[in-house]
Amino acid sequence: MVDLFELLIGKEGDKDYKKKPVIVQGITGKFGAFHTQQMLAYGTNIVAGVTPGKGGQKQEGVPIYETMQQAVGATGAKISIIFVPAKFFLSAAVEALESGIKLLIAIPEHVPVKDAMTIVELAKKKDAIVVGPNTPGIIIPGIIKIGIMPAMPFKEGRIAVISRSGTLMYEVSHNLSIANFGQSVCFGIGGDPINGTPLIQAFDTIRDGANIDGIVVVGEIGGDAEEMLAQHIIDTKFDKPVVAYIAGRAAPKEKRMGHAGAIVYGNYGSAESKVSMYAKANVPVAKRPAEVPMLLAGKFEKGRIK
Amino acid sequence: MRLLEYQAKSLFAEYNIPIPNGLTSTDITQGRKDAAVLGFPFVIKAQMAVGGRGKAGAIQKCQNADEFELKYPDIMQKVVKGEKTKAILLEKMADIKKELYISLFLNRGKRCYTIIASGEGGVEIESVKNQIIREVGLGNVDAKTAEDVGKQMGLKDKPLTQFVDILQKLAKITIDKEAELAEINPLAVLGDESVVALDGKVIIDDNAMFRHDELRKFQEVSELEERAEKSGFSLVELDGNIAVVGNGAGLVMSTLDMLSDNGGKPACFLDVGGGATTETVYEALTLISKMKKVKGILVNLYGGIVKTTTVATAFIKAYEDKVIDLPVFARMSGAEADKSKEMLKGSRTKMFDTIEEAINAAVIEMNKNG
Repeated sequence: MVDLFELLIGKEGDKDYKKKPVIVQGITGKFGAFHTQQMLAYGTNIVAGVTPGKGGQKQEGVPIYETMQQAVGATGAKISIIFVPAKFFLSAAVEALESGIKLLIAIPEHVPVKDAMTIVELAKKKDAIVVGPNTPGIIIPGIIKIGIMPAMPFKEGRIAVISRSGTLMYEVSHNLSIANFGQSVCFGIGGDPINGTPLIQAFDTIRDGANIDGIVVVGEIGGDAEEMLAQHIIDTKFDKPVVAYIAGRAAPKEKRMGHAGAIVYGNYGSAESKVSMYAKANVPVAKRPAEVPMLLAGKFEKGRIK
Repeated sequence: MRLLEYQAKSLFAEYNIPIPNGLTSTDITQGRKDAAVLGFPFVIKAQMAVGGRGKAGAIQKCQNADEFELKYPDIMQKVVKGEKTKAILLEKMADIKKELYISLFLNRGKRCYTIIASGEGGVEIESVKNQIIREVGLGNVDAKTAEDVGKQMGLKDKPLTQFVDILQKLAKITIDKEAELAEINPLAVLGDESVVALDGKVIIDDNAMFRHDELRKFQEVSELEERAEKSGFSLVELDGNIAVVGNGAGLVMSTLDMLSDNGGKPACFLDVGGGATTETVYEALTLISKMKKVKGILVNLYGGIVKTTTVATAFIKAYEDKVIDLPVFARMSGAEADKSKEMLKGSRTKMFDTIEEAINAAVIEMNKNG
């Protein structure tokens, strides 16, 4: 398995330490162009863009290539972020993985499940990490931002945030930041039924990080990712503080609440089911985003007394 | 998109999965003609997107014309768990020897399709006993897997052969139509050992609809939902009187929860998408103005990149154009919040620093008006 932090930051002594090169697929679209500028402003080292038909031009000073093969060949980048419309996602993602990309951030919303599953299979064969689709991306505050999140809510620190929702990741991180819980990484896994990196995998990717004192998991109704994570926390005797939030307690059943993955069938995917499993794993669940830092502080307090 | 029983069965028929003779109507005049073609007795089945129809009296046997005149209108106006009857299926009764359960569903945790089967069907999936569970990757089911499952269910001889065929066809529907769920419950073994799908539930991946024009005829969206979709919004209409608007599905769900915790009653869930511009917020207010039950609007926007003044402009324009005349309780975090407050002074939009304060004010105001 490839190491996420090594891909994102590298090792001290690497000549691109904390300056890992990133390619933007769909760099000339309105959305892609805007966020390229935002990521550059944050300090992300964007070295190339890809838009078929626009090779040889520049966007925000970044050279554009016709294909991923050319862009990877010219830059050696291992990270790519995709901004193309959902119906073109599959071909863009295949092109990236076939060209040797090892970390693929998939921004588009409304990607069909079948296409996401196809990419999951290909990524396994290529030993690559896919984050998303329908994700805001990943940010390591102060070092690298690969995604569409605003910079404002995030602050350097030692808490990891994993989230199924974009704006809730900002909201919860904002609340953590003002309570002086900065973040070592904020990882958006995406709001779709099929995630390139599911909740448990995201958790395992960061759990033992030396720069991580505690983990906040921002979830929502739909599926059983939270239940599986709770069981995993029990099974692996994870002992750093974990606090959760779950959105959608008041949502009606069998209605898709904005995210393709946020839907309850019977008890499958219900908030009650998730809260009760978290209780077994001794993970407190906040009633509202502003309560997250309080519960986290409580967990640290308990740890000290013990 | 969840297909109604008769729609799922029309897919089954297309793939040669046996179904009972049946005809679908939406009014009693057509229903009488269907009854004459089919001949008594038959079953009258409400077509609605919800389980538990039998218990609720939305499926009834019908022996003769007198019963038909009573039962057809009764079932037509049934409401089960908030879902109305959309159409009525008249179907010949079957001589059932044994009821089975079979489905293929998208297993999100395992990231593959999974078969659930049981020799004891006919009840809701939660109560189905002795479940046989098989993971099948991207959904393809080979004859050997299907036969194994059938044998485990206790089938043999002719019913087993038929079951293998039906399960493989159901898998083909799942793959071809990009379904998240394809379920037959009950799948019945009849007196003559033939196997027939007595019910059908199919849920299609909404995000794959652009590849399935042939399924468009089954799609039913309200005028408001259609308009919301065109603007790139997600809208779910609810029963209360406070419209809930925000940017991002998670944030709007979270706002809905907090409003309900405080005794407020949400009228809708409206997600305008990750960004928020003057145009999108104005369009959201226009949509809400078309919902008669709405008495107030709760807005939760996480700015960050978007300036709050952009959003404030939309409110002012909406009042000026008389699109809305409702109180708005808004929390907008982000740049230029003070300037936005200044802009909105004297309007019916009140701005708050936290969502908790906005919710409290909204609930108090709604209670005042009874």
